Amino acid sequence: GFYRQTLHTNKTSIKFLNKGKLLLPLDFYCETSLCFQALDNRNVMFVHLSAFYSYRSLPFCRFFLQIEEEEGGDSFDIHISVSDPEKVGDGMNAYMAYKVTTKTSVALFRQRDFSVKRRFSDFLGLHSKLASKYLHIGYIVPPAPEKSIVGMTKVKVGKEDQSSNEFVERRRSALERYLMRTVKHPILLKDPDVLQFLESSELPRAVNTQALSSAGILRMVNKAAEAVNKMTIKMNESDAWFEEKQQHFENLDAQLRKLHASVECLVCHRKELSVNTAQFAKSAAMLGNSEDHTALSRALSQLAEVEEKIDQLHQDQANADFYLFSELLGDYVRLISAVKGVFDQRMKTWQKWQDSQMLLQKKREAEAKLQFTNKPDKLQQTKDEIKELEGRVQQGERDFEQISKTIRKEVSRFEKDRVKDFKMSIVKYLESLVQTQQQLIKYWEAFLPEAKAIS
Amino acid sequence: MLPEKLRSVSVDLNNDASLLIDIPDALCERDKVKFTVHTKTTLSSFQKPEFSVPRQHEDFIWLHDTLVETEDYAGLIIPPAPPKPDFESPREKMHKLGEGEATMTKEEYTKMKQELEAEYLAVFKKTVQVHEVFLQRLSSHPVLSKDRNFQIFLEYDQDLSVRRKNAKEMFGGFFKNMVKSADEVLIAGVKEVDDFFEQEKTFLLDYFSKIKEATAKAEKMTRSHKNIADDYIRLSATLNSLSAEESTNYYIIKFCLKLFQNFLRVCLKKVEGRVASDEELKLTELLRYYMRDIQAAKDLLYRRARALADYENSNKALDKARLKGKDVSQAEEHQKRCLQKFDTLSESGKKELTNFKARRVVAFRKNLVEMAELEVKHAKNNMTLLQGCIELLSGN
Repeated sequence: GFYRQTLHTNKTSIKFLNKGKLLLPLDFYCETSLCFQALDNRNVMFVHLSAFYSYRSLPFCRFFLQIEEEEGGDSFDIHISVSDPEKVGDGMNAYMAYKVTTKTSVALFRQRDFSVKRRFSDFLGLHSKLASKYLHIGYIVPPAPEKSIVGMTKVKVGKEDQSSNEFVERRRSALERYLMRTVKHPILLKDPDVLQFLESSELPRAVNTQALSSAGILRMVNKAAEAVNKMTIKMNESDAWFEEKQQHFENLDAQLRKLHASVECLVCHRKELSVNTAQFAKSAAMLGNSEDHTALSRALSQLAEVEEKIDQLHQDQANADFYLFSELLGDYVRLISAVKGVFDQRMKTWQKWQDSQMLLQKKREAEAKLQFTNKPDKLQQTKDEIKELEGRVQQGERDFEQISKTIRKEVSRFEKDRVKDFKMSIVKYLESLVQTQQQLIKYWEAFLPEAKAIS
Repeated sequence: MLPEKLRSVSVDLNNDASLLIDIPDALCERDKVKFTVHTKTTLSSFQKPEFSVPRQHEDFIWLHDTLVETEDYAGLIIPPAPPKPDFESPREKMHKLGEGEATMTKEEYTKMKQELEAEYLAVFKKTVQVHEVFLQRLSSHPVLSKDRNFQIFLEYDQDLSVRRKNAKEMFGGFFKNMVKSADEVLIAGVKEVDDFFEQEKTFLLDYFSKIKEATAKAEKMTRSHKNIADDYIRLSATLNSLSAEESTNYYIIKFCLKLFQNFLRVCLKKVEGRVASDEELKLTELLRYYMRDIQAAKDLLYRRARALADYENSNKALDKARLKGKDVSQAEEHQKRCLQKFDTLSESGKKELTNFKARRVVAFRKNLVEMAELEVKHAKNNMTLLQGCIELLSGN
C-alpha cells in the first residue's frame, strides 16, 4: 500500500504525499539527491537524500524513504499453464508436444480460456523473434529455457525411466515460467508474435533457433563489451546511474550464481539423505525380524516404517528445494544476462551516435577545405552528405535518449518483479518446510507409544 | 560432568555408591586424548576414598585386553573396548577451511570456524562418553569390579605405559588371534547339548550381522543430515552477502533476505545440526555400541565352545589312556578339570547372556523413546520458527 511518512527536524517538516510528489522546504539542504520522476502512476519514486543540517545540535543524518505504489488495479489478469507433455513421433525425429493453456480477461485476446499445442522449438522461435525486435531498443526480454541435447535424446530414444520423466517435468515447469514472465511484460504481452503463439492453432515451424539462446545473448554481450572498451564514456549524472546499476547487476550475478551452486548442493544432499534413509529403513526392518524380544521386535519394525515414510518426505522436500529455490535462482542468473545485454545495447547505441558525429565532423572539415578549391560538384556532394549525416546524428541522439529512458523503466519494473518473485518463492519454500515438519511430528508422535510399549 | 541425557547407551550404571567412576575432564593434545578418571569409593580395597588419575586411550585397551586374557573371566561377557578417538572428520574440515580461507568472506570464515569448533566438541564428548561407559560397565559388574588390574588402572598414579609394554610381551595377543576365527568354530558346530546355548548361538550370529548392517546404514544417514546442516551454513553465508548487495535496492527485498538468512542461520542450521547429532547419539551410537557388545557375547560363546571341545578331546584322551592302560589317573584328572571348566563357563555364561538380553532391551527402549521425543521437539521448534517467518514475510 501507500507509505506515508512525516519527518520532523528541528525547524522543518517534510511530508511525502501519495502519488510520489515530494515537497521540500527551501531551507533543507540536500547534499546529494537522486530523484526519479514517477513516469506514471505505476512506477515507483525512489528518493535518497543525504541531509546536512546547519544546526550543530543535529547530527548528520541520512535517511531512506520508500514509497510503494498502490497494489491492485493491475489490469494484467492472465495466467498461463504448460501441461500434458506428449511424445509425438518415433526415433530421432520424435519430439515432445506441450499443451499451453491461457486463462485471461485481457481484451487483446479473442477468448478468455483457450489452449494450443506447442513444441520446444516453438518457444525458442518466439524468444528469437522477440529478442530481435526488442533487445536493441532496451527491453529486457526473458530468455527461453536452455536446450539440452542429452536430456532430449533420452526422451527420443524412448527411455521411460525416472530421469527422463524428471527431465520432461523440469522442462515443462521451465517453459511455464518462461511464458508467464514474457506475458507479465506490458509491452511484450501486446506483441503480435506473442498473441499468435498463444492463440494460433497452427504455428510455422521455427528454424534457426540458434540465434538467441542465452548463449547467443552472451556472445552479443561480449561483442558489445568490446565496443565499450574502445570508447571514453562521458560522465554525467545520468551515466552515473547506469554505471551504478551495471555494477549492481554484476555483483548480483556473482552472488546469485554462488547461491545457486549452494542450493544445487543442498538438493543433491537431500536426495542422498532420502536414499540413505530408505536403506536404513530396510536394515531396521531386518533387525526387527531378527530380534527375539517380541515388543522390541515390533518397535523396530515400526521404526522401519517411520523411516520409510520419512524417506518420502525427504524426496518431496528435495523437489521443493529444486523447483522453488534452485530453478528460481537459475532463471534469475539467465535473466540478469539479459539485463546486462540491454545495458550493452545502450553502449552500442551511444557508440553509433558518436560514430556518426565524428563522421559529420570530418565531412564538415572536408567541406571547409573544398570551399577553397574549385570543385562545385564535389562541394555539393559533400553538402548533401552533411545533411544526411546531420539527420543521422539527430536520430542517434534520439535513439540513445530513448533507449536510456526505456532501460530506466525496465530496470525499475524488473527489480519490482524480482522482489515479488523472490518473496513469493521464499514464502512457498518456507511453507514446504513447514509441511515437512508437520508430517515429522505426526510420524514420530505415532511411533512414541510403540517405543514406550517395550518392556 | 556430562549430563545424564548424553549417557545414552547403557542404563543403570554408576548407581552403586561403593564404587563410583566418571570422567569429569579430558584434554586433547594434538593426536592424543588424556582422560581424567575420577573414582569415589567406600571399599577398603582402595587406598583412598577419592582420587583421580590421568589415562590415555591405550591404557583402556590394555585393561580390556588383560581382562579378556584372564582365564577366570572366560564365562563373562567382557565389556567391549572403547573405540579410538576419531578426529578425522573435523580435522578434514579444518583442512578445507584453511584452504578456502582466501575465497571466503570474513563472516563466512568465522561462521565455519564456529561450526568446526562445535564439531570438535561433539566428537570429544562422544569419545569421553564411550570411555566412561566402559569403566562403569566394569564397576557395576559383581566379578569384574574386583579385578586387580582394574584397581591398578583406577588407582596407580604413575604412567601405565611400562605395564602396558610388559603385558603385550606376556600375552602376545594370542587370544585375540584365536577370537578372529571364532565364528567358524561355532558354526562348524561342536554338537551343542544345551538348548539355551543352541538358541543363543543362532540368535547372536544372525543378530550380529543385522545390527552391523543397521549400524552402517544409520551412520550414512546421519552423515547425510550433517551434510545438509553444512549446506545451510553455506547458504546463510551467501545470503548474507547477497542481502548486503541488495541494500541499494529500494524495495523490501533486503528485509526479506535478511529475515530468510537469519532464519536459515539460526534455526535450520542449529536445529538440523542438532537433529543430526541427537539422532547420531541415540540411534547410531546405540546400534554401534550393541554391535560391539554382541561381539563380546559371541566371544563368550566361542570360549565356551572351545571349552566344550577341550572336554570332548579330554574324553577321547581318557578312553585312549584306558585302552593303553597308561597315565589313566592323569587323563581322569584332566577330564575332570575340563568338565569343571565347561560347567562353570556354561553356568556363568547363561547368567551373563540372560542379563545381557535384559540390558539390551532396556537400553533400546530408553534410546528409542528419547529419540522420538527429541524428533518431535525439534520439529515443533522448527515449525514455530518457520511459521513466524512466514507471517513476517507475508505481512510485509
